[in-house]
Amino acid sequence: MVPLSYYLVLSGILFACGVAGFLIKRNIISIFLSIELMLNGVNLSFVAFAAQWKALSGQVFVFFVMVVAAAEAAVGLAIIIAVYRTRETLNVDQVNLLKL
Amino acid sequence: MIHLILFSMFGLVCVAGAVNLLVQRHPINSALSLVVVMGSLAAEYLLLGAEFVAAIQVIVYAGAVMVLFIFVIMLLNAGEEERTRGSRVALLFGVPGMLIGSTLIAWILLEHSGTRAVEPGALPGPPQTIGWLLFHDYLLPFEITSVLVLIAIMGAVVLASPPHSVQQSKKEG
Repeated sequence: MVPLSYYLVLSGILFACGVAGFLIKRNIISIFLSIELMLNGVNLSFVAFAAQWKALSGQVFVFFVMVVAAAEAAVGLAIIIAVYRTRETLNVDQVNLLKL
Repeated sequence: MIHLILFSMFGLVCVAGAVNLLVQRHPINSALSLVVVMGSLAAEYLLLGAEFVAAIQVIVYAGAVMVLFIFVIMLLNAGEEERTRGSRVALLFGVPGMLIGSTLIAWILLEHSGTRAVEPGALPGPPQTIGWLLFHDYLLPFEITSVLVLIAIMGAVVLASPPHSVQQSKKEG
């Protein structure tokens, strides 16, 4: 028997690691991976709350979060490729113009 | 008891993967440690009784999305990132503030949230129930996500194709 709060603490740790990675990483792909880590932390709390309140809607929401994350990954990686093609770098400190 | 042991084991693997993602400097190492995080999260979902979510976590997240990431990392030949110096304000105020805040949140969650223990396999989430919810109660969001995915595909194709080929197809079409 694991209390719900343990799951929430684990999900909070994952989210905090994602936020820290988003702030300290300088490679644009690593920043993107940190965003995925944050989404995973949120998904864990969704499923834990669904188990707590015996409501399956939480799991359906996890499904939607995954779909949005997949779409976001496809578009984001395409943007990364476009940025690399024009700038020849993946360092976010050297990317300071929105114009391609 | 065995539930708690399994939870702690996979939770530790999860946190270790997340910390490794932060520490590693090469993106491919970060991506592979994220796969570890996702795999152990799938085991946590199974402990919570969410079989369907565990399956799509492995198939969609650890499978499709991460393969996309690794393809792009290898395609761009991403090297090690150079480290930049952090600001001193972050060291002086940010780190102690983060420690105090996270301890407070963990203490509140563990001691005062008033939540009951989750039984092993408490919520049998069989795929047919999820499917009924998805195609009955949540039909409109489901259809909207299909449009979203279509737009994402088209956007990815347009963004990732070389600039001159887009101009050529504009002239032809």
